Amino acid sequence: MTTSENQKDPEKNMQTPSVVSSLGSVAKTQSAPKSPGSQALGVGLEARGVHAWFGDRLVLEDMSLDFWSGTVTALIGPSGCGKSTFIRTLNRMHEFIPGAAMAGSVLLNGQDVYAPGTDVTKIRLKIGMVFQKPNPFPSMTISENVLAGLKLAQIKVENKDDLLQECLERAGLWNEVKDRLGAYGGSLSGGQQQRLCIARSLAVRPEVLLMDEPCSALDPGSTLKIEETISHLSSTMTIIIVTHNMQQAARVSDYTAFFLSDGGPGKMVEVGPTGEIFSRPKDKRTENYVTGRFG
Amino acid sequence: MSQDLLSAVAPPAKREITTKPRFSDKVFRGVVTSGALSSLFILSLIFLFLAFQGFSVLRTEGFSFITTSSWQVVLDDAGNIDPTATVFGLGAMLVGTMLCAFIAIIVAVPISVLSALYLNFYAPAFLKKIMVAVVDLMAAFPSILFGLWGFFILMPSAEYWAKLLHHYLGFIPVFQLDPLVFTRSPFVAGLVLAIMVIPIVTSVSREVFSQTPLDRIQAAYALGATRWSMIRAVVLPYGRSGIVGGAMLGLGRAMGETVAVYTVLNVVYQVNWHVLLGAGGNVASMILLKFGEAGPQEIKALMAAGLILFLMTLVVNSIADFIVARSGGKGR
Repeated sequence: MTTSENQKDPEKNMQTPSVVSSLGSVAKTQSAPKSPGSQALGVGLEARGVHAWFGDRLVLEDMSLDFWSGTVTALIGPSGCGKSTFIRTLNRMHEFIPGAAMAGSVLLNGQDVYAPGTDVTKIRLKIGMVFQKPNPFPSMTISENVLAGLKLAQIKVENKDDLLQECLERAGLWNEVKDRLGAYGGSLSGGQQQRLCIARSLAVRPEVLLMDEPCSALDPGSTLKIEETISHLSSTMTIIIVTHNMQQAARVSDYTAFFLSDGGPGKMVEVGPTGEIFSRPKDKRTENYVTGRFG
Repeated sequence: MSQDLLSAVAPPAKREITTKPRFSDKVFRGVVTSGALSSLFILSLIFLFLAFQGFSVLRTEGFSFITTSSWQVVLDDAGNIDPTATVFGLGAMLVGTMLCAFIAIIVAVPISVLSALYLNFYAPAFLKKIMVAVVDLMAAFPSILFGLWGFFILMPSAEYWAKLLHHYLGFIPVFQLDPLVFTRSPFVAGLVLAIMVIPIVTSVSREVFSQTPLDRIQAAYALGATRWSMIRAVVLPYGRSGIVGGAMLGLGRAMGETVAVYTVLNVVYQVNWHVLLGAGGNVASMILLKFGEAGPQEIKALMAAGLILFLMTLVVNSIADFIVARSGGKGR
């Protein structure tokens, strides 16, 4: 299932420190469980020995994880354990931070997204992202926001209106905005703005959707709506969600990975089917965290 | 019961919300206020001085002071001014001021915006530092040096560009020229002014661009935007009002510039819309030209000219403020 032999070169990034990763050490434990409920379409995204630095500081050490198509994987752990940094390495948003570096590889359908000569904009089209704070483009209307990705990436589509409706429906926003598609994105409530951002990500038809604490700035009602949206979307794509809310992880995800930092770089402690992580964690630290004893 | 109360009681009178400032706060408030008011005070004094000095000339010349184009002081045999033959008219200089300033802005704004985009989004860190320092230095450069450089170095090259413009765009009225003499034209003066204005517009645009919210930039990149499409979708809408504001600051400087224009341009009393023709001038350089040998009455006329320049700059800046305010909300 995982073909890591074609990617052994960690020297992908411009400033990559020469660290040779131990490939796939945790991946073996991951490959065992089968996807519950939804049909597993195979591995969509694989992280292999991912390390990340800010300047000289190693913030993420040796992450290896498989993300299955048609499943939701939740990344949980206390603040500062590298969850956000990790998902930002997956779609190459990590490299925007000055001094940021990485090692290891990220495989999308077997292709290393850090391979030399890769067009990074194509990677980000396939791996969409929703941010912590809703960030619609304020100078654009609701419909312009949804279709912004097409314009930004210079993609032509046949029927924009159909795509617009489809994306807003999948994001669970269509009924609320169908009568005011020409209003500015900033006129929506926070929860609606976040669903608008999800719709915007969907319009370029990504295979993977990364969500970096998408509900942390929202009220419980809006959070519920977003979680419903995630459930609907998960059948057709790979979703990776970072969350501080353990109930949310339990509600929406098929797999859960627990990250922890002991003051040094963040590491993955445990990964498994969400039910097992929350009921029978193998590691004592995971148990302490999910039962609320720290973090 | 509570319903009865609600329906019966009229809403109370609004309370006045006050606070008692501490002594130190009052002192600081006074210091800050006097600082702010002093610049307003100085500006009003200058305005009053110019208005007071220039008033008699403005009254005798009337509206023709800004419409006619001749500047003649005629003395009678006793050395007194002959009021019937003496004419003060600023028309040509006003046209020249606008023409040079607009050429400067048309040339400077694209260059400045591109420089600002390069410095913010493309330049490597070390080059950015060096270039920011150089651009700021350019803003502090004495204008006479720009003038001399423009006269000796730029003019010969600009002559060639002027010939190209005339040859290929001569069918457009503003580029027509007869006879074919290409030096000392508003075109050259505008180019010199453009170089003086570029640092200002660049600094202002760079500052505005650098404040573009990071989350919007990231949103664009996360949607697969190239750097250019990100700039077009996020940075330019956000920075548009800043670009306009910077351009207007530059326009203000270009309109008021004295020495550089005086060095490069022929001051000729002729209304000239042909940018390649060696005639024109601007109000400030005309004042400089006439000031040395002016008699008392002419000094007053020069003060009146200064007043007109002052008002013109004020009007242009107000228009700019209006434009910025109207386009400001969108994209922010």
